[in-house]
Amino acid sequence: MAKVLMKGNEAMAEAAIQAGCQAFFGYPITPQSEIPEYFARELPKRGGLFLQAESELAAMNMVMGASASGARVMTSTSGPGYCLKLETLAAMTLTRLPAVVVVVMRSGPAFGTMKAAQEDYRMNGNGGYKVVTFAPSNLQEAAEMVYEAFDIADQYRNPVVVMADGMIGQMMEGVDYDKMPPKRTALPPKTWALHGRGARAGKKPQLLFLPDGMGHYGAKHYCETQLYPEIIRNETRVEITDVEDADIVLAAYGTAARMCKNVIRELQGTVRLGMIRPKTLWPFPYEAFEQIGPKCKAIVVPEINIIGQMIDDVRIASAGRWPAHHVGDSQNDFLTPNRIRDKVLAVWEGLQ
Amino acid sequence: MAIVYERPKSLNGAPFTYCPGCTHGIITQQVAAAIDELGIVDDTICVGCVGCGGYIAWFMDTDAIYSLHGRAPANATGIKRMNPDKVVFTYQGDGDLASIGTAEIVQAAHRGEKITTIFVNNATYGMTGGQMAPTTLVGQKTTTSPYGRDAAHCGKPIRMCELLSTIDGAAFIQRVAVNTPGNVRKARAAIKRAFQCQIEGKGFALVEVLSACPTNWGKTPAAALDWIASDMIPYYPLGNFKDFQ
Amino acid sequence: MIQRILIAGQGGQGALRIGQMIAYTAIQKGLETTWLPSYGAEMRGGTANCSVIVSDEEIACPMLTEADYCLVMNTPSFRKFKDMVVPGGMLVINSSMIAEKSDRQDIRTLYVPADAIADEVGNKRGVNMVMLGAYLALAGTVSLEAIYAYIDYSFQGRKAAFAEPNKELVKRGYDCARECV
Repeated sequence: MAKVLMKGNEAMAEAAIQAGCQAFFGYPITPQSEIPEYFARELPKRGGLFLQAESELAAMNMVMGASASGARVMTSTSGPGYCLKLETLAAMTLTRLPAVVVVVMRSGPAFGTMKAAQEDYRMNGNGGYKVVTFAPSNLQEAAEMVYEAFDIADQYRNPVVVMADGMIGQMMEGVDYDKMPPKRTALPPKTWALHGRGARAGKKPQLLFLPDGMGHYGAKHYCETQLYPEIIRNETRVEITDVEDADIVLAAYGTAARMCKNVIRELQGTVRLGMIRPKTLWPFPYEAFEQIGPKCKAIVVPEINIIGQMIDDVRIASAGRWPAHHVGDSQNDFLTPNRIRDKVLAVWEGLQ
Repeated sequence: MAIVYERPKSLNGAPFTYCPGCTHGIITQQVAAAIDELGIVDDTICVGCVGCGGYIAWFMDTDAIYSLHGRAPANATGIKRMNPDKVVFTYQGDGDLASIGTAEIVQAAHRGEKITTIFVNNATYGMTGGQMAPTTLVGQKTTTSPYGRDAAHCGKPIRMCELLSTIDGAAFIQRVAVNTPGNVRKARAAIKRAFQCQIEGKGFALVEVLSACPTNWGKTPAAALDWIASDMIPYYPLGNFKDFQ
Repeated sequence: MIQRILIAGQGGQGALRIGQMIAYTAIQKGLETTWLPSYGAEMRGGTANCSVIVSDEEIACPMLTEADYCLVMNTPSFRKFKDMVVPGGMLVINSSMIAEKSDRQDIRTLYVPADAIADEVGNKRGVNMVMLGAYLALAGTVSLEAIYAYIDYSFQGRKAAFAEPNKELVKRGYDCARECV
């Protein structure tokens, strides 16, 4: 199949169906509504179930029920709905139920603007959990990440979040579904799935969903000491460009990282710029910053938000070696390549 | 020697942890007995709630899952849609179903979700220590209505059966009580019929059970049963609100 | 080669649609392309614009801060976007709706009476197709034939009767631009 032009939201929904997503529960919210609309159109034709829930809250709890029944299941939302899903996401994490959640980020509260944004980086639920969080920068990557998310969720029995900014959801670009990542093999069988005890060997009733013999505290301890370190080892993704020789390193994800590419081209011959682009926000690629060369004087962190969110992880990774500068939304408008360029030049001049 | 009475086979034998005089134990037992009578223990999935009602998951010898506060109908929806040939029931208290989970129960009924809900109404929040519920009677003292529920301040108690029976997707709605042996027998019959409703694919089914909470009511078990008759039933009339053919 | 196209108008004028048509035909030709919409909360009546980039190499940012081609269909769009055109770039103005003239000397400007043409053809809602035709004549990135093929593809079955009228609108815009340049 050749490259097809698709809207980001539709590209992610199609990738999910190709990954074997059997059910989708969701609620309309801009800028992700094309995802439920695509599933509503396609899933009934392709043997799956689409159900529009009464709220994001209910949708996520339906996801939990379907996941507990062994299905590959997904929901999608934007920030105002994501926070409503978090209690359930936390509960699923702590009872080890897999699912895929796509968050198409927008700016402000539900009665705010619908502008694209990167404002949900820090959004976490209760209970102290971690979930693999992908951050696509183009539609091919968005489709591949959603596709792979189902395998990762099943492999670790842990939900996976795909955090796309509104531009990824709304824009159109070519996607090639022949280039999806290979299917993971030897995924653990879902012996815990709810189908009535009669469907299970020995008719043993299922209750806690935790690995054999584990209570909730044991499961948390296991996650902290074994599961999460294993995920960090196996699933950390990052794109690193020219950091060995850079004067200034840009650190950005999603659409902000695409803007950085414009700036790197534009400032060729003026400042040597490198870039670190996390493709997973958790696990965050801290080790990538060890590759930064001795000439580097500063890190600039463009984000489509006001105060800066990922910049805190950049500071942790920097460990005081380089100052980290935020550049993001202004009073009137959001981040642009020109604003990044101006910030880089200002930092560069300050260093001379 | 004939066996005239035994523990329902759908219970796993774990000792009940409900307070002395609490009628959750009687209700749990009726649910299990109904499952036994219908022969569906291998195919039943129990969805527990947050609150004392959530303990049911410990006692049932069926597949079970806990859901978050008020979300049992949404959770059950996900399970039932993936298991259309299995029997899925929620067991929820009044704080869970009639307060934090009103959206989920109304919308599950509205969709005609083919699940069965056992709604235990004891006019208070039991597990959190006797706070005011939407079902708390006017004048009833609780830890968050220490001077008695004032209707002018926080409304009159909500009647869920009456509300839900106006919804087309609801196929079976009945209110019962477990304060007398006769009422317990009627409760068992209603619960069985609510499962039957699901098995026949008729739509959403709910049985509200008026239940005693002596601990939080500050009454002896016997006085608590009397209070169901004297105070609860006059406000929450027993009977069938909706039935199927 | 990289071509940055900004198309703007009132919601309902079809700015987003012709941007998609350029993107579809560009990708068919094996080019890289991005299409990025921007619009208000209203489904109709607000302002709507889209950014299209067509290139023979990987496209970095889909957002435009400047444009090589700018197609404006109403006065607010003209005022807002005329200064985004790079020196030497092309501004296409729907002169039926926009009475003002461009004061920029460093760019090429084309006035297309798109509403009047659409009216003549008998399809008042086809203004965007006329503008698209003008773009095709000026830019040469995608051909008239490719757009025709796409029109045939998107108007099938019950809608098939709309294919030829739409092609005519595109052709009229195309001819208008050819005559002027």
